[in-house]
Amino acid sequence: MIVYVARRLALAVVVVAGVIALTFVVARVVPGDPAATWAGPHASAAQLAAARRFLGLDRPPAAQLLAYFAGILTGNWGVSIHTHQPVLSDIGTAAPASLELVSAALIMAIAAGIPLGLVSARWPGRSLDHAIRAGSILGVSMPIFWMALILQLVFAQRLRLLPAAGEYSSGLLFTHPLARHTGFDVIDALITGNWPMLGSTLSHLALPAVVVAAYPAGLITRLVRAQVLDTIGETHVQMIRALGFPERAVFGRFAMKLAWNPVAAAVALVFGYSLVNTFLVESIFDWPGLGSYTAASVSSLDTPAILGVTLFIALVYVAANLIVDIIQAGLDPRIRLR
Amino acid sequence: MIEAPAPLPPAATGLRGQARWRGLAGNRLMAAGGLMAALIVIVALLAPLIAPLPGDADTATHPFLVLHPPSARHWFGTDQVGRDVFSRVLYGARVSPLIAAAVLVFACAIGIPLGICAGYFGGWLDEVIMRVTDIFLAFPPLLLALAFAAVLPASLTSLTIAIGITWWPWYTRLIRGQAASVAGRAYIESCRALGIPRRRIILRHILPNSITPLIVQVSLDVGGVILTASALSFLGLGAQDPTPDWGLMVSEGESYFTTAWWVVTFPGIAILLTAFAFNLLGDGLRDLLDPRRDLLR
Amino acid sequence: MRLQVSELTVRFGTRQVAHIGDFSLGEAEIVGLAGESGSGKSMTTLAILGLAHTVGATVTGSIRLDGTELTSMSQRELRDVRGRRIAAIFQSPAMAFSPVFKVGSVVLRALRLHGMTRAEAAEAAARALRQVLLPTGLLDRYPAQLSGGQLQRVAIAIAIALRAEILLADEPTSALDVTVQAEVLDVLRDLRDRQGMSVLFISHDLAVVAELCDRVAIMHDGRIVEQGPATQVLSAPRHSYTAGLLAAVPSIRDSAHR
Repeated sequence: MIVYVARRLALAVVVVAGVIALTFVVARVVPGDPAATWAGPHASAAQLAAARRFLGLDRPPAAQLLAYFAGILTGNWGVSIHTHQPVLSDIGTAAPASLELVSAALIMAIAAGIPLGLVSARWPGRSLDHAIRAGSILGVSMPIFWMALILQLVFAQRLRLLPAAGEYSSGLLFTHPLARHTGFDVIDALITGNWPMLGSTLSHLALPAVVVAAYPAGLITRLVRAQVLDTIGETHVQMIRALGFPERAVFGRFAMKLAWNPVAAAVALVFGYSLVNTFLVESIFDWPGLGSYTAASVSSLDTPAILGVTLFIALVYVAANLIVDIIQAGLDPRIRLR
Repeated sequence: MIEAPAPLPPAATGLRGQARWRGLAGNRLMAAGGLMAALIVIVALLAPLIAPLPGDADTATHPFLVLHPPSARHWFGTDQVGRDVFSRVLYGARVSPLIAAAVLVFACAIGIPLGICAGYFGGWLDEVIMRVTDIFLAFPPLLLALAFAAVLPASLTSLTIAIGITWWPWYTRLIRGQAASVAGRAYIESCRALGIPRRRIILRHILPNSITPLIVQVSLDVGGVILTASALSFLGLGAQDPTPDWGLMVSEGESYFTTAWWVVTFPGIAILLTAFAFNLLGDGLRDLLDPRRDLLR
Repeated sequence: MRLQVSELTVRFGTRQVAHIGDFSLGEAEIVGLAGESGSGKSMTTLAILGLAHTVGATVTGSIRLDGTELTSMSQRELRDVRGRRIAAIFQSPAMAFSPVFKVGSVVLRALRLHGMTRAEAAEAAARALRQVLLPTGLLDRYPAQLSGGQLQRVAIAIAIALRAEILLADEPTSALDVTVQAEVLDVLRDLRDRQGMSVLFISHDLAVVAELCDRVAIMHDGRIVEQGPATQVLSAPRHSYTAGLLAAVPSIRDSAHR
């Protein structure tokens, strides 16, 4: 097991190096002169030269790449043209909200996807199965930004069931201020026993999370269904039946155990995917996460910020895949025995 | 008679092997998806003939018809500059599938040759190509496309290139796996021993035998590309006004959404139905041609 | 007779795959069910256990276990019978155990399913493993770490631990080496002699059937064409198909004479 982890870690490091290099390349693809953007439209020649030196653009490309690498590793991810803050600290402020949203969405997706997939596999070909299959394909076909708008209109505006925007009711900031420990509102509210705040954050989290959960839920449902159906015809399942186990154990415990592996892999894949999906819904729900930050960066053409977020998410993605690979090896002995 | 719970429809095999009934249901799915997709393509082709106000899909504006709700004259209402939403939605059917086709052709054009080289020649070429794809695949698809689209001037062409750049690594990987396994087969050895030129082997043996999973994957991807393209257009990185791109229409109507719901709703439904149709089609095709494949990419 | 089968018909839709007019299994005997692959032998196992529906087949006829009619039992009642009174082992032992569970996990769960406490299950499993000459440490391993012969013996051990009356062995040695085969056959003989188990030995390998079984039934095209004491059927076959099968079996004696 240790050997396997070490191998995967080494591979991940290589990939991360490549990811950093790729973002560097993308940065250099920008048409136009970053120095000019930085210095502003009325800069003099001397100011432009100074800007160029400041941004390190006067050195040869190889040196720039090395400097970029060194910068990334030491925490210097550039400075946002828009906020004039270090990109890394901007990301640090915005990331928790997005991570909270994605985590909530994934929890919902798993909680819905696994039972639905099992039900679908248990009675295949029946109308319930067809409905679930159609529903799951609908889920992965959903334009997220549109779903966000529709849900916001229906549930928040028209029916007034859920709040329309924000992370929590701003009024509560005065009556029940939230002490910040982890940066994650829900967790902070929970550990400080701030119940009104907890209720508020959860209800504000509901709509955005449901929107982001649509794609993963559809994916997981289809995956569980396919995996369980694949295994259900195999000899070891017949053996379990022949030993006298009831159908629900056959499906729930034995067939499902083999499905956890691909489900875990899917969750990693979809974590990064959903993190990017939040870009589309955060501005709609006034959710102060990476998505809003990126949307603002995109409209102001803030290249360092865009690249910083890209790098961040890619690293999260690599990390998620690494963790899942290790968990998979733990769940399925065949992987580490190979 | 043994009392039994819900029985499976007749399976082809007994204790060994898997129930093949999935193929039957898959056919229905594929038929439904294929029908919808065909309808959308027909609408796209006939848009100039069906649309009541084709000019609205272009530069026409009607300042006195701004934000009218759906009526007999404007089935989907009018948008913020008075254009007929129905006509624009119809013309939008020409935009999205076209982008998807362009992206996928681009991705295949790069991915197939690279994949075949990597799979057939192996060795260091394979290693290099695989590491490069690894790095590209380390990014979630939309993200890399977003990054590229953000640094290129906003247009449909940049959009296509940006998404195409993110898509080719998957195909390289796919083809490479197939090509490698085909290249390892005994009859390829005999081809080589017979002195058949390399190019011939690749074109007439390796390529045709590697292509099936790619066809399935491409059909599965059409929906995904359409969603990605509309998402990027929504963010302002793709189509520009007055192009009747569905994603763009949703973003343009966003500010008026609470009072004029129709500007956002109908283009969105169009995106949903198109992606749904192609996903159904791709799913059914996959069930038919390659049922063992991973649902994950 | 412990198990009595009469007029048992297995169908896929309208297509009939097996019809057994009259067949029985008595105490402490090994009965062989021989025939080519595809002659409907394997469906018999599923039919007896009431699991034919899981592959889409329907069953009519009578299967009596110690006088009780199995075909009129509900699934719940059948679950009590499966494993506990009628056990089954399958052709490919490596495929019969789920690769992601430790072998012991399945064994102990099965024992506790049929009413044993954790302690009783552990004890019964240990005793059963000793009887099939396997170390108890094996329970902590995964199926990939055990050989086919060992896995098959573990499967038999479950039947022993549950004190099953009948063991349905569906081609249990076909996927094993000849030497390993011998071990498993020894265990089966042991079951008959020490436990008084009734064993239904399904196989296409007439040589093994001849060596192991007390009585034998020959299946062809889903029907039993001949049955009787093994020595009688296999040395003086009455049906042409049986004669044909026997003629096709290569014998070491024959080749030595050439």
